[in-house]
Amino acid sequence: MVEKRGVGTNMVHLVLITGIVIVCFPIYLTFVGSTLTHFEVIRPPMPLVPGPHFIENYTRALTSGVHVPVGRMLFNSLVMAMGIAVGKIAISILSAYAIVYFRFPFRMLAFWAIFMTLMLPVEVRIVPTYEVAASLGLLNTYSGLILPLIASATATFLFRQFFLTVPDELLEAARVDGAGPWRFFKDILLPLSVTNIAALFVILFIYGWNQFLWPLLITTKPEMNTIVMGLKQMMPTADDYGNWPVTMAAAMLAVLPPVAVVLFMQRLFVKGLVETEK
Amino acid sequence: MATISIRDIRKSYGNTEVIHGVSIDVADGEFIVIVGPSGCGKSTLLRMVAGLERITGGTIDIGGRVVNELEPRERDIAMVFQNYALYPHMSVFDNMAYGLKIAGQSKEEIRARVDKAAAMLQLEPYLDRKPRALSGGQRQRVAMGRALVRDPAVFLFDEPLSNLDAKLRVQMRLEIKQLQRSVGTTSLYVTHDQVEAMTLADRLVVMNGGIAEQIDTPMAVYERPATRFVAGFIGSPAMNMLEGTAKGSIFALEGGGRLTFGDAELAETERPVLLGVRPEHLKLAASDEAALELSVTAVETLGADTLAHGSLSGANGAGSALVARLPGSVKVTPGDTLPLAIDARSVHLFDAETGRRV
Repeated sequence: MVEKRGVGTNMVHLVLITGIVIVCFPIYLTFVGSTLTHFEVIRPPMPLVPGPHFIENYTRALTSGVHVPVGRMLFNSLVMAMGIAVGKIAISILSAYAIVYFRFPFRMLAFWAIFMTLMLPVEVRIVPTYEVAASLGLLNTYSGLILPLIASATATFLFRQFFLTVPDELLEAARVDGAGPWRFFKDILLPLSVTNIAALFVILFIYGWNQFLWPLLITTKPEMNTIVMGLKQMMPTADDYGNWPVTMAAAMLAVLPPVAVVLFMQRLFVKGLVETEK
Repeated sequence: MATISIRDIRKSYGNTEVIHGVSIDVADGEFIVIVGPSGCGKSTLLRMVAGLERITGGTIDIGGRVVNELEPRERDIAMVFQNYALYPHMSVFDNMAYGLKIAGQSKEEIRARVDKAAAMLQLEPYLDRKPRALSGGQRQRVAMGRALVRDPAVFLFDEPLSNLDAKLRVQMRLEIKQLQRSVGTTSLYVTHDQVEAMTLADRLVVMNGGIAEQIDTPMAVYERPATRFVAGFIGSPAMNMLEGTAKGSIFALEGGGRLTFGDAELAETERPVLLGVRPEHLKLAASDEAALELSVTAVETLGADTLAHGSLSGANGAGSALVARLPGSVKVTPGDTLPLAIDARSVHLFDAETGRRV
């Protein structure tokens, strides 16, 4: 590490603090906005200190919102993001396990087929996917929100690469100890993958939480809206009066679950970084 | 406890055969060391016994049961791996208990067996630690403990000491030997280290190029190597090999010159043979009694011994490289010419073409 003294240290801090201020200011402004009244927000200049309406605005957002209560939308988003993250990890770790540890016909073909789908984001296949989801009667359901996004080539690939670094002797030792394929997976491979799972969970949870286009298509009933969609709908449009404090409160609430996930999973990351030895 | 009977075992990868029919009979409680250079198929052989490699041909029989098609867990074996292969996320206790847990033993039984093995291996203070908090030697002990608690019919060791430093290796070597003596479990041990092989084995299997060159006790392998390869592989420094033909008590060297063995008769052959003599069987002698003269080019002093490297010179013809192991008290410097005598009884003759002992 480069060590600086005196003016150097101050410069470093100055740059870092400037960066933090630039990143955090909009979030702070949103928070301030969520504690004022509607008229205080829209009348320039907008105040830079929080007002007294914090509890009032947040209660209103959670219970009634603009169209749907934000609580309901948060719940929908949580179900979708958890479903996507858990589902993706479960499916991809199992398929990576199959590809790395089992010899079956067309194994490499299967791997490359999975790998190729990396190149197809949701947007490209959205019309046929909608068609399929609609025919299966998945519109306005949680399954409809989750299932089409649940396969993950990236995660499969990551797990495959990780499994390839696990020494063969561990598998052999487990076989000699009498572990079958399922026990080896459960007792050895899964505990060793915890760090990878934690990292992927964070990424995939945020990916799921931020989905916009797919929920927009698959849900038509307001009570199935996700928070990200909901935020867009809460923004005042041309002929709409809107309610800025409630919208901003909703935005603040929408940020909390991903932040919580990152903070909670961070401990696992650090643990994983310390325990590098396999 | 069990006997192992390996019958004409073969292994092919695709069209390449790497083990060409090896047969070994192991008695109950015997310690067999399989030794050979890298790539000779010794590890493959062990892994076939373990059930980690499929058997292409022949049969393996453990305790009177042909195990060719059995999974490792059904063979009643335990294996110690070169890199220990400890489960990194489990404590020492759990590492040792894992096999028993799978076998469905009761908690008390597992506790008792692991404690017993830990006591034998002096691992009691470390039972709660993770493998990464242990030193190399301790990890090695855990790996052995894992094999020990299962109380299997056969122990399989795959170069278990090669990741340890020299001092620890000597210590663990003794411990393994004592351990095996005390539990009396039939063992197969693979190594490329001839000292390990000689010191541990009840019987040695010297492998080269996928065949077993010689199967015998360490002393018999040392004293009567069956082939030229075995002669060169066992013993350090390697046995000196001189090409020529033997007749009566005279050995005519290929490059001209001759060695005489006084009144001793060499096996009489007219065809080309290799004469092998170990460095430690060359003795300093008075000039008129010497069988050969060594012109010294390099000297290695080991304390107890002095190794004189050089080549034949004088009346014996020149060229062939030779090493002599002399007592440490002898002062030798490069450039010296040493008169050396060979005891005819310590001379080995090998067929120059087949490499077999004559």
